[in-house]
Amino acid sequence: MLLRPALPGDHVIFATTNHELAMRDGVVGVHLLPDANRDEPRRALAALLASVRLVWRLRPHVVVTTGALPGLFCLIVGRLLGARTVWIDSIAASDRPSLSGALARPFATRWYTQWQHLQSPGRAYEGALL
Amino acid sequence: MILVTVGTQLPFDRFVRIMDRLAPSLDEDVFAQTGRGSYRPVHMRAQQVVGPIEFERLIEQCSRIVSHAGIGTIVMAQKHRKPLILFPRLGALDEHRNDHQLATVRALRGRPGIHCANDEAELAALVGAPLPAPEPISDLPERDRLRRAVAGFIGEQHRLFDAKGSRLV
Repeated sequence: MLLRPALPGDHVIFATTNHELAMRDGVVGVHLLPDANRDEPRRALAALLASVRLVWRLRPHVVVTTGALPGLFCLIVGRLLGARTVWIDSIAASDRPSLSGALARPFATRWYTQWQHLQSPGRAYEGALL
Repeated sequence: MILVTVGTQLPFDRFVRIMDRLAPSLDEDVFAQTGRGSYRPVHMRAQQVVGPIEFERLIEQCSRIVSHAGIGTIVMAQKHRKPLILFPRLGALDEHRNDHQLATVRALRGRPGIHCANDEAELAALVGAPLPAPEPISDLPERDRLRRAVAGFIGEQHRLFDAKGSRLV
C-alpha cells in the first residue's frame, strides 16, 4: 500500500491475501488469493492454482509485487503470459535477498532490493518504502 | 495502553511470557496479540488474532508498541508515530525459519522511535522507560525514490502497451 501513489489509479487491480487489509486501506474490487508459505505445501498449491487462474483471466501488462509466495506465483505466471514484471524484495530481507526473491529473479523484468548494501548487477537499489 | 504484538504467522511464546511477567510492574494496561502461541497470559489482556482494522485502532490508542521485528508493525508504528520496542525472533529457538528478524533489528536500530531489546533485562529496561513519540517525518526521500522508479517503469510499459493495462500488487 505504501507503493500505491506510484500506480496509475484507473488501471490498477489489486490482489491480496487478506480482504480486511484492502478494506482498511479503502481498496475496492480487490482479488483474494489464499495465503501460503513454503512450509504448507497444500496451501501453497491452492495459492498457485488461484494465482494461475487470476493472472490468466486478468492478463495484466505489468505485475508488481513485494511477495511473498502468492506474489511470486503471480509474477511468474504473469511473465510466462508476456507481462512485464517488477519484484520488490521485502524490506525484511536486509542481510540477503529473500528466497522467494531469488526464485523471482529469472522472471522479473525489474528486481529491486530495499537495502543499498545488497545492490549488485541485476539487483537494483532505487530506494526503500520504510 | 501498551500494545504487545507477535504478528499472525508464527507463535512467539518466549516473548509473550516475558511480557506477561513484566506487565504487573508497569503503570499502564497491557494488551497482547499472541498469534498462534499456546501460552495464555494471566497479567495482560490478550487475543490471539486481531484483524487489520481493529489492529490499527489499537495502534492509535496505545502509548507504545512492543513487538516481534515484523515489518507490518514497523510500518504502522512509523505511520502513527508510536515509540516501538522490537524483540527479534531467533532462528536458533525455532521462532522463525532463519535469523532475518535479527538482521532487521540490526538494520533499523537507531532510527527515530525504534528501540531494540534482545533479552528480558533489556526489554524490562525499555518497556518502563520514558520513550518520546518520534518526530513527524515530513518526507521520506528513499520512499519517494522507489515510488518514482516503479512509476517510471510502469509509465514506460504503459506507453508500449498503448494505455490499456492492469497490474497486481
